[in-house]
Amino acid sequence: MAVQTPSVQPTASTAVTTRPAPRRRSRTRLTAIRFARNRTALFGLLMLILLFLMAYVAPLLYKWSYTDLDFNAFQQPPSASHWFGTDQTGSDLFAMTARGMQKSLVIGLLTGVICTVLAAAVGASAGYFGGWTDRGLMWIVDLLLVMPNFLIIAVLSPLFQGTTWLVFVVLLAAFSWMITGRVVRSMTLTLKDREFVKAAKYMGVPAPVIIFRHILPSMASMLIIDGTIQVGTAIIGETSLSYFGFGVQAPDVSLGTVIATGTPAAPSFPWLFYFPAGCLVLICLSIAFIGDGLRDALDPNSSRAKARKNRKSQEGPTS
Amino acid sequence: MLRRFVNYLALVIIAASLTYALAAISLNPRANFEGRNPKPSAASVTATLNEYNLNPDTPLLVRFGHWAGGVAHGDLGRTVTGGQVNDEFGRRVGVSTRLLLISTLLGSIGGVMVGAWGAIRQYRASDRISTLASFGVLAMPVFVIAVTLKLWAIDLNDAVGHKVIEYTGEYDPGLSGTGEILLSRLQHLLLPSLTLIVIQIALYSRYQRSSMLDVLGSDFLRTARAKGLSRKAALMKHGLRTAVLPVVPLLVYNVVLLFTGATFTEKIFGWHGMGEWLVNSISTNDVNATAAVGLFTAVVVLIAGLLSDLLYAALDPRVRMS
Repeated sequence: MAVQTPSVQPTASTAVTTRPAPRRRSRTRLTAIRFARNRTALFGLLMLILLFLMAYVAPLLYKWSYTDLDFNAFQQPPSASHWFGTDQTGSDLFAMTARGMQKSLVIGLLTGVICTVLAAAVGASAGYFGGWTDRGLMWIVDLLLVMPNFLIIAVLSPLFQGTTWLVFVVLLAAFSWMITGRVVRSMTLTLKDREFVKAAKYMGVPAPVIIFRHILPSMASMLIIDGTIQVGTAIIGETSLSYFGFGVQAPDVSLGTVIATGTPAAPSFPWLFYFPAGCLVLICLSIAFIGDGLRDALDPNSSRAKARKNRKSQEGPTS
Repeated sequence: MLRRFVNYLALVIIAASLTYALAAISLNPRANFEGRNPKPSAASVTATLNEYNLNPDTPLLVRFGHWAGGVAHGDLGRTVTGGQVNDEFGRRVGVSTRLLLISTLLGSIGGVMVGAWGAIRQYRASDRISTLASFGVLAMPVFVIAVTLKLWAIDLNDAVGHKVIEYTGEYDPGLSGTGEILLSRLQHLLLPSLTLIVIQIALYSRYQRSSMLDVLGSDFLRTARAKGLSRKAALMKHGLRTAVLPVVPLLVYNVVLLFTGATFTEKIFGWHGMGEWLVNSISTNDVNATAAVGLFTAVVVLIAGLLSDLLYAALDPRVRMS
């Protein structure tokens, strides 16, 4: 007898509401939805978008460029013509700040990406292959950790004076990936013995493919979060170098150089310091909010990202 | 333990040597003499550079051998101005220590307390405010905080009428008498310490808060309360003691690394410590001084690593057992 007999029709008294099949959501979409539930994170994202627009679009619509000198306005406070005021040589502060922000944003984002990629590649290789590969790579990691990175980048920067400022991306990334690399290595060691990795290995999948297809996606959340933190750190690092004159050199401007020239005159002309410093703080703050939101979105146990109806009441602390 | 120490030592030696090589290749001490007026002859410049082991024309290995030999005997060489690096070193370590002693102590304790308090009062107003404030402070680079505090101090001084808060240098050299000098030192110490304390509290409280949150839901804490301990006693004796453990390595590393890391604070407030020396030695193309700072930093990282292992083992009985 076929099992597929027409089932007993539910009577009104035994009616069971059939739930609709659950919607299938991809992981990315789920993360995005959980991210959107966090107001602070959305605010950070909005702020970052506005800052990007200010850095790249505003100079196109603005009257002054960062190289222009207005000889009628030395050290003027903000006005309708010069939105952020001018400095001692007549350069417009808004244009210089916007140009500096372009650098900070690009250097920060690129360094974050390169750092994460490098840490993932080195850490996963060291963890997966083990043996001498592991020892050698970790020895290099320790060596780079011991080296004074600020000193080395500062010493090397005059050598790169003529070339593009993108060289700092490489330098900053080279000294920031080590700790993440170590963490990736430990996580790879735990993942190496999981069944799905072993199954892939015994099926004959080559090692690099295993790393990219199985191991790295399992720690994607940690890598993303770390990447956002690295972006903030890189921006502050580049600004610090430029503040001391080791990073971006004249005539090109960076937020660090603008703040450095503004600092001595700041007691009498406060806008020269507060505006570029404020923009820097806003960039870092928005990245911090986004990073925090991402962490909550990717953490399955976080209560902030749950839909309102799924949130259980908060258990108070031990009292 | 001994093997780890030897490994660290090897790394320190390699890192210091690489730093010397890097400094020797890219810095040009000759530039110091070229700006002088009247211009010294090339021969005398070369002779001076040779005496200080700074001549870029001698092969790198020869210079390095000379420097390494000196370091093995405890002599770090000569600076571009002719002084001994050792003297400068000793002076600056003293200055940095005076700057950092109080601020690291207060910053660490304050950070742990603020973090634990935030965890206990999770999501209430005080926690939200301290979280937001930490975010704000951590988003600001050190020099922004330092210069902002300096500008506020100037405004305060102008409002009050005379200099209440000093912000340049370590103390007023025009004063005499130990009481006055001590007061002056404290006045000058206020702002730089405040900068460092604020940043440290913001950093440590974030980690301490999340660590404390993990501990607050644990069984042993509930047991302590069930056994009759007051809430405060249970939290302090059992909760905080356990929650502090993950934060200890972070504390130790940051405190020890502040020696060369307080560069901005020292430069902005005019303290002639190790951090400022780092920047100055690079700007003045002083190879020996740069290498000395590099060596110091590497040694400091080694000390930080060993100290954090020791402290962690002292605080966590589970580590001692294994």
